[in-house]
Amino acid sequence: MDASKNLAEHGSADPNRRRELLAGLKPSRSTALITLVTAASVLLALALSLGLIAWTGGSAWESVKALYTGSMASKAAWSSTLLYVAPLLLVAIGSCVSMRGGVFNIGQEGQVLIGALAGSWVALRLALPGMSLMIATLVAATVAGALWAGLSSLMYRLRGVNIVVSTLLMTFIAIQVVGFAVSKDWWLQASRIGDSVVESQSNQLPADAQVGSFGEYPNIQINGGLIIAVLLAIGIAVLVSRSRWGLQLKMMGLSPIAAKHAGVKTGRLSAVALGISGATAGLAGAILVTSPVSTNRLQPGVSNGIGWDGLLIVLVARFNPLVAIPVALLFGVLRAGGGFLASTGVPSSLVDVMKALLVLAFVVPPAVVQLAQQRRKRVKTPRTKTPVIKNPTPEGAVA
Amino acid sequence: MTSADDLSTILSSGMRLTAPLAFAACGEYLAHRAGAINISVEGMMLGAAFGSVAAASVTGSATTGLVAGALVGLLIAMIHGNLVHRAHINTFVVGLVLNALVLGLTTFLIAINTFASHQVSKIEIPLLSDLPLIGEALFTGRWPMYLLLLFIPLTWWLVERSRWGLELRAVGEDPIAADLTGIEVNKRRRQALMWCGLLAGLGGAYLAVGEVGSFNQNMTDGRGYIVIAAVIFGGWRLGRTILGCILFGLADAMRLALPAMGLTLDSNLLIATPYLLAILVMLMFASSKREPRSLGQPFQRTI
Repeated sequence: MDASKNLAEHGSADPNRRRELLAGLKPSRSTALITLVTAASVLLALALSLGLIAWTGGSAWESVKALYTGSMASKAAWSSTLLYVAPLLLVAIGSCVSMRGGVFNIGQEGQVLIGALAGSWVALRLALPGMSLMIATLVAATVAGALWAGLSSLMYRLRGVNIVVSTLLMTFIAIQVVGFAVSKDWWLQASRIGDSVVESQSNQLPADAQVGSFGEYPNIQINGGLIIAVLLAIGIAVLVSRSRWGLQLKMMGLSPIAAKHAGVKTGRLSAVALGISGATAGLAGAILVTSPVSTNRLQPGVSNGIGWDGLLIVLVARFNPLVAIPVALLFGVLRAGGGFLASTGVPSSLVDVMKALLVLAFVVPPAVVQLAQQRRKRVKTPRTKTPVIKNPTPEGAVA
Repeated sequence: MTSADDLSTILSSGMRLTAPLAFAACGEYLAHRAGAINISVEGMMLGAAFGSVAAASVTGSATTGLVAGALVGLLIAMIHGNLVHRAHINTFVVGLVLNALVLGLTTFLIAINTFASHQVSKIEIPLLSDLPLIGEALFTGRWPMYLLLLFIPLTWWLVERSRWGLELRAVGEDPIAADLTGIEVNKRRRQALMWCGLLAGLGGAYLAVGEVGSFNQNMTDGRGYIVIAAVIFGGWRLGRTILGCILFGLADAMRLALPAMGLTLDSNLLIATPYLLAILVMLMFASSKREPRSLGQPFQRTI
């Protein structure tokens, strides 16, 4: 209400001013340009990936077909794709929250692992009846992920340790913590059967702890994890775009100093944002060990790059949890299809190249378009010319 | 085997594992002093390791491979520099994507190519190499290892004694003030990154054509991140950074050597040591004002 009234007032006072204000609401030319350049870059990224196959002597068409067969051709393929989508999406939506607040968490891979570790410990060591075991597993993983990320917050608050660097380093510690846990029989290593060599992995998680699926084999199976992930994505999307908290978060992301002056408790808010990011990553870890995507055992490689991929998804989705859903689906398709790629003689790591190129295609164009426009503006207006201030305002005086 | 032999083995393999880290750490140190933190140093090392093996295989000369590796590192650094310090994309975003791209690309290319093994020659300094304990570690090695004797003092001189280094440090401490005095902040940072790429490339190439002689999938395996940990561990001072590299190299060597010696020190703990130490040091010295004040902060003129 207030905003529209203001707008009307300005309009009546000065038609030029009104046009200026409205111009801010219209999608600008640069938005259209960015979209166009992005589309072109995505095509270029795809062309480069296919060109890479052709250059190395493979058949691009066969590879595309293999990607399709492995991920979407049958209902079973769809089921396996969707199994990957759930943890990817979970990591991504949490990262959306922290990135919006300008808190750069790049330790999701470690938080996923710690979540998987905590979830496995609860599932294997606590004897809870029925459904409560599964819920306890998921909750424990969520809390563990949040606490692991919280350590970085704590280090920042206590000693000013850079959050990006600490979350990154904590990832490598997490990898070793999980490796340690599954190689010690007093912690989580699989129990010895006869004289067999014990591998570095945990026992199979009990059936009660596993997240169930809807749908039987010939049909599409939808794992409970996916439903949790999609619901959370919608919930978080509403939270960040429709709540006062979300606005504060956005403010902090755009300018922490301005947010502080507006009364936002930035210290607490960034800790919460980082905690949420860690929590969803931890939950993703629990979904990984409790759903059929892994062997239902805790292994050092259980995260398998899900954390890193989740981070890439956020970059493509430009910090929007709802956009993250289709992007996570795309990354799930690439993951599931990548397994099939090897059968055509093309190494499955091509998928990783495709993913990285795709992210570049989404990240680079806006920056480059902006750069080009700045250049053009600088050429148009020589630096020596002083701008004429039409309506001197207090803001203008400050600037 | 006597314990002195064991110690000598650990020391010499520790030195060989330290060298790649030390090369890259010189570069990353210089970039940090200019305020340009870059996690793509991992990608630079990995890309260079691949490039060096490929070039050595094509030309049949390991030395050419070494040069090619350094150039691959330089190329990745220039991509990083232009995206971050010209187009102003977040440095961690660019680093993550570049690392993912290089890892995917090298894994893909090594799966469909086979390269002949080439290795640079070993030199043995007479007399000195017969010294007990440190003889083998310090005075026999692949010759590029001794390039460190050139590059460590050179990096120090560049940062602390040259006009260029003075400007770099000004950019790293206070980019706005540096800009006002006429230093081109982003240009200096791009130049710092180029030095970083060259040296990180040399480190990666040394690992591949120097020590191993071939390329394996993800062969740097997080060494780039250890390099960042070393720079932080060193408190942004070159000498301590190199000390950190030696410490982390020795930890790596112990991990490889201990099982053979029948000692049980947990290997997971040893691998985690560099990261734990870096975090501990950050906790202790983070507020010691040693960190370049604008580290990781982009610079863009507002007017």
